[in-house]
Amino acid sequence: MRIVVCVKHVPDLQAERSFTAGGRVDRSQGDGTLSELDEHAVEAALVLTETLGGEVTVVTVGPADAEDAVRRGLQMGAQHAVHVIDDAIAGSDVFGTALVLAAAIRRLGAEGGVDLVITGMAALDGLMSVLPSLLAAHLDLPQATLAAELTVADGVVRVRRDLDHVTEVLEAPLPAVVSVTDQANEPRYPNFKGIMAARKTPVTAWSLADLGIDPAAVGDAGARTRVLEATPRPVREDRVLITDDGEAGLRLVAYLAENRLLG
Amino acid sequence: MSDMGSASGGDVVLVLVEQHDGTPRGSALELLTAARALGTVHAVWLGAVSDAAAARLGEFGAVVVHAVPVPTPEASLPPAVAAVLAGLIDETGASTVLVASTFENKELAARLALATGAGLVVDVSAVQRGPDGRVVTTQQAFAASWTLRGEVTVARAVVALKPNAVHADPVATPVLPLVITRDAAALSDGAAADARVRVVERTARPESSRPDLGEAQVVVVGGRGVEGDFSPVEDLADALGGAVGATRVATDEGWISHETQVGQTGVTISPRLYIGAGVSGAVHHRGGMQASEVIVAVNNDVDAPIFEFADFGVVGDLFTVLPQAAAEIRRLKAQG
Repeated sequence: MRIVVCVKHVPDLQAERSFTAGGRVDRSQGDGTLSELDEHAVEAALVLTETLGGEVTVVTVGPADAEDAVRRGLQMGAQHAVHVIDDAIAGSDVFGTALVLAAAIRRLGAEGGVDLVITGMAALDGLMSVLPSLLAAHLDLPQATLAAELTVADGVVRVRRDLDHVTEVLEAPLPAVVSVTDQANEPRYPNFKGIMAARKTPVTAWSLADLGIDPAAVGDAGARTRVLEATPRPVREDRVLITDDGEAGLRLVAYLAENRLLG
Repeated sequence: MSDMGSASGGDVVLVLVEQHDGTPRGSALELLTAARALGTVHAVWLGAVSDAAAARLGEFGAVVVHAVPVPTPEASLPPAVAAVLAGLIDETGASTVLVASTFENKELAARLALATGAGLVVDVSAVQRGPDGRVVTTQQAFAASWTLRGEVTVARAVVALKPNAVHADPVATPVLPLVITRDAAALSDGAAADARVRVVERTARPESSRPDLGEAQVVVVGGRGVEGDFSPVEDLADALGGAVGATRVATDEGWISHETQVGQTGVTISPRLYIGAGVSGAVHHRGGMQASEVIVAVNNDVDAPIFEFADFGVVGDLFTVLPQAAAEIRRLKAQG
């Protein structure tokens, strides 16, 4: 089977993350990485193709250093990589990104077929978790998101997922769009062989024109929301740190009472 | 229907209300409260609505309740609900849709925004109208280390509001809302639920006697430091009438169920009071809790990162500090 995994390059969680004056995620720090949650998506795709046969293509949208994200996918074991890169994409919201990714997936489908699209459960910068749904809508494919367990048999994908109040098992015929959570698997570390193979694998670069997308539909021009103001959280004043002298529990309760937190 | 909104003065705001056992959840009442500042409130209820539930929605400002039957489990999947809401937008001319910010609702909100050309904002902590009538939202980003204020630049907005962000306030003079039972198939233009997806199994997990983790005003969280024993955490939560949460380490160790995990990949909470016991404060956990109003930490490791952002920190043994605090709270409460 042919699986497409959508991955995103995000600022490193451990680094100081910030916004630009224009309210965009600051991607200038150069310490970006493959969104950790997307590694679970790559892993799920690799496991499926290892058992059922087939190939994995990792796809990303973003500026030049976003190529690191698909490189990481190749190192883990994916066979092909696509990087959609175009200056007009900068400033795209999730709708612009979904439009571009959907077009890339459609092209991959036309070139050899796509049986399954897998994403992570969220991008670790925006944490919106809506991209897979938008892809399914664009591609008119069934969606089965947030898989804690994912299996494919006889052309049907089966997903177990834990929502806020219910646990569900969903089934959908292929082709379909799924997302996997961090419960689904333990992503592998790239081994030496994978790293060497990834070096030799070319990353296919597509522009908006290659995908037949009007630049006005993406980027700032296509966005339907606008950041008015991005402000860092003020450092909390009046912070208290005590060491237990035998009465810390009582002092804690006194603090809660003072701040009217005892209900 | 389409002139009902203007007749009652202003834009129609559709509110998808969450429910449990036929009763609106707390988050639903918060949503209705927030919606009142945006326009005329129409609640959307999936299933049959009881008189009591409708009256409750009226107490919080709903003037109309659209009851949409969900004959099959598939009919409540996000794409199907998005189609229903799109139909209701057509019927009512609504400019704004509010939903509670859960994973499923964010999905349906995105599909709805895509289908209707609306602007989408999720995980919102405040929503109002700007001077020019545009929907203006506030969000926290990067583990609540940044606050973003933004506006929807198109006429229609779909907003997913976080629980606890708004205090639910009943209206001074509630009206009994008009209940309209809708036909889901007609609303979604004959495009019924995605017939390709099948719900093989759906099991409601038993809800604990404690408040819902995502909606609780007080949450006590246990981390690695509880070393498998959640009883002091649960006891303090009960003394405070709060919910119990856990870190990824604690759920991975199997000390407590996975659903209690607070963090970027688990439940995101923003209670008035967060108490972390034996919680180090790793970035993944922070992403799910740093929007809490007041953060208290008890940890025997003075170097734990949580002390860098806790409002009140105790360096000490949680197994003595928590029981002492719980006993003191019960003593104070007994005094009235």
